[in-house]
Amino acid sequence: MSNLATKRDVEPVLQMRGMVKAFPGVKAIDQVDFDLHNGEVHALLGENGAGKSTLMKVLYGMYSPDAGEILLDGQATKINSPSEAIAQGIGMIHQHFMLVPSLTVVENVALGMKSSRGYRLDLDDVAAKLEQLSHDYNLSVNVHAPIWQLAVGEQQRVEILRALYKGAAILILDEPTAVLTPGEVDDLFRVLRQMTAEGHGCIFISHKLHEVLAISQRITVLRDGRLVDTIETEGATRAQLAEMMVGRPVLQNYQFPPLNAGTPRLTLRGVNALNEREEPGLIDVSLEVHSGEIVGIAGVSGNGQRELAQVIAGLRPATSGTLEMEGTAIERLNPAEIKDLGLSYIPEERMEDGVITEFSVAENYMLRDYDSTKFSRNGVFLRFDAVDQACSEAIRDYEIKTPASSTKVKSLSGGNIQKLVLARELDRNPRVLLAAQPIRGVDIGATEYIHQRLLDEREKGTAILLISEDLDEIQLLSDRILVMYEGRIVGEMKREEVVLQQLGAWMAGATEEDPAPAFA
Amino acid sequence: MPFVSQIAHDSAIQTATGLQAGLKNFARASFGRLLDLLPGLIALVGAFLVSAFILLTLDADPIKAFSAMWSGAFGNENATANTLTKATPILFVAIGITVAFRGGVINIGGEGQMITGALAGSAITLSLGDELGFWVIPLALLAAFLAGGFFGAIAGFLKAQFDVNEILSTIMLNQVAVQLMNYLLNGPMLDPTKVGTNHVPETARIVDAAKIPRFRLPLADHLLFDRTSLHWGLILAVLMAVVIYIFMWKTTFGFRIRAVGYKERAARYAGINVKQQMVLSMFLAGGLSGLAGIVQVLGLTYRLKTDGSPAGFTGNAGFNGIVVALFGGLTPLGAIPASVFFGGLLVGAQKMQREIQGASSLITSINGIIVVFVVASQIFILRRARRRVGGEIDAQTILPTEETNA
Repeated sequence: MSNLATKRDVEPVLQMRGMVKAFPGVKAIDQVDFDLHNGEVHALLGENGAGKSTLMKVLYGMYSPDAGEILLDGQATKINSPSEAIAQGIGMIHQHFMLVPSLTVVENVALGMKSSRGYRLDLDDVAAKLEQLSHDYNLSVNVHAPIWQLAVGEQQRVEILRALYKGAAILILDEPTAVLTPGEVDDLFRVLRQMTAEGHGCIFISHKLHEVLAISQRITVLRDGRLVDTIETEGATRAQLAEMMVGRPVLQNYQFPPLNAGTPRLTLRGVNALNEREEPGLIDVSLEVHSGEIVGIAGVSGNGQRELAQVIAGLRPATSGTLEMEGTAIERLNPAEIKDLGLSYIPEERMEDGVITEFSVAENYMLRDYDSTKFSRNGVFLRFDAVDQACSEAIRDYEIKTPASSTKVKSLSGGNIQKLVLARELDRNPRVLLAAQPIRGVDIGATEYIHQRLLDEREKGTAILLISEDLDEIQLLSDRILVMYEGRIVGEMKREEVVLQQLGAWMAGATEEDPAPAFA
Repeated sequence: MPFVSQIAHDSAIQTATGLQAGLKNFARASFGRLLDLLPGLIALVGAFLVSAFILLTLDADPIKAFSAMWSGAFGNENATANTLTKATPILFVAIGITVAFRGGVINIGGEGQMITGALAGSAITLSLGDELGFWVIPLALLAAFLAGGFFGAIAGFLKAQFDVNEILSTIMLNQVAVQLMNYLLNGPMLDPTKVGTNHVPETARIVDAAKIPRFRLPLADHLLFDRTSLHWGLILAVLMAVVIYIFMWKTTFGFRIRAVGYKERAARYAGINVKQQMVLSMFLAGGLSGLAGIVQVLGLTYRLKTDGSPAGFTGNAGFNGIVVALFGGLTPLGAIPASVFFGGLLVGAQKMQREIQGASSLITSINGIIVVFVVASQIFILRRARRRVGGEIDAQTILPTEETNA
């Protein structure tokens, strides 16, 4: 570590100059400069599709740049593959962890490396070195535990340990906080500060402004593949950064008309359900969503939100309890029947559930109602003319950026795909709208738009159940907030009474009766 | 051809969006399609070069060999008719494979489905042919479709209900069908006149009225394909290709199957009964293979016979159909030229073998080389498509790019 520390502030450890990477039809990054000093956290900020990931994938050897040069310690270098990047001291923590769940921490680290004992595994040596590292950097991890037993925050620490083990001087963190609880985010930041104190350089990719402001020394903003500016974090404000990202001033708050709740449209009573592992995933969940009301489900992901959405949509059986939509019992109905009762569903995993990427925009637009009389003759022959017309209207109304309705969805950006899903679900005039993580991976502009549409829907009297990990979003939109923890609803708050600390404590497992905050 | 239809389709869409833009897109799309063809052509050239090398090492003249192959396949009216006759059952199977593949099910059971279809169709024809005459043909076709479909649906059901790998189940069902045929053709369905003699396993001849008529094309001065074995089964196969194309791309049924094939989860979310679609796509695949079987009997051999070996009746059409389906870009219309190409390979190879006096295994391997090259070129195209989007590839991407219909 000492050799790293001595080099600090002499010259940038990393310089990228005039980087260009084009894909057919788009320049993903265009003449971007970026540098990194030892001992600093340099945040890379931008909307989805701004080129953050592309720039880092170029650095990590996953893409070869069309132009530009990369200098490490002042030496021009070429990085042709991730293994070359690792050899040159660059580590990357991906948003989705690259760990084998059934293997232990040690085995995951040793995976793909040459054993020092020839054909015999040298797991003991690896374990010893890992324990040393975990001690040095305060990264507490049980190195002999299998990955599947670890919490998400711990898995991320394993990723960081692995990068350190492989000698990373530069660490790229791709949206590292997306999967963490507020408490885990604090832990991560502590680790990052220690690493920079030891002389490592960290590149922190994010679109969450408050985190970027909290952890970085410098911020580089990208927009549409171009460098907007690199600024010192000190003195920067959220509004300023948001404007740099979007290119125009951004609304920070929405018009929120007073609650005008009507009759209950969705009622759950004592609902239990199993999760993928056949363990209890939903435990005794009761809730009610009224017409004209947005009920927010807060919680760290993996605490039963997915099961809740799937049970309501008929994709997962409830083992007990009752579900009703406007008086009709739906617990025994299939997804198509529930859909026909007026449930619209914006699924959490848009690319897996929400759209068929190989299908065209129009085909995806009719995905839920392809056999209705609107889009088919007698439910047999598809009416492409009608689909096309409705879809073109949706493209215009929802400002979906696509060359044509016949374009394949896979070539659309995340935000535009989400607008397409939104258009499809709202154009059905739903009675109940189930919106799971509606803005995940969506840029600020589209977020603003989607939220506005949800509020319009609330005005129209639709009952909306909003499931989100993003506490800001929940707070911004919900009339009532329910917090889920380990499959249960552990707390409820009205919009007027929100106490952020209390919500955070519930999310971390404190019960309503035991309101002592687990962290502050 | 898939790209021709797609271009036609694209242009149809574009009349709505403005003629000028349409023409521009049309030109771009056509050029794109041509580029997509390039790897296939290169693969063919590569395959012929490698084959030529092998022929040279065996002191055979590659030019002579390949010209023999060409003339054997398309050199004259008779050769062309033989090629088309050979292509007919392969085309039926390939159309079915297309449906299964699009539904996310890999059907290796074409052989067995052909056999069960042929057995059921033959049984109907032999028992009712005298009374019904010509009208037994549609009945036999229907019986073959249902029997083959049922046989395919078994594998679909096992996959949907118990998650049994359909590749394994269809391969094993092939064996079941072969043994069933060997039993029936040596026993209950054996030609009554051969009972007790040293016979080959075969049924009696079907009545003349139940034969599918030969296909003749009247030209200005003569009848094309006169005195050849070409029959109306080919036309039926081409018709089925069109019907299945419409079914898969213009109806809600096909929409459901394709949705399940591309993304099961999204299909489930959309309210589609995934299990039902798996069974349905395997039923259709099996049914089309069943047609392949009965058309061979009613149009060509006029009796169901085998030599007891697994491919004794089918001539491997059930497997060749898979290659043809892939080669045809997994579209029913693309399977038409692909099956003719493949039929030409098989028929031309016989003449090539006579011409150069080579071993039959040599001919088989040359055909194999061509198939390997062509399939490899498809993978190359996929890779290129992946690089274009810069994303990751998953198992679903084994399907070629989807035709746009809206």
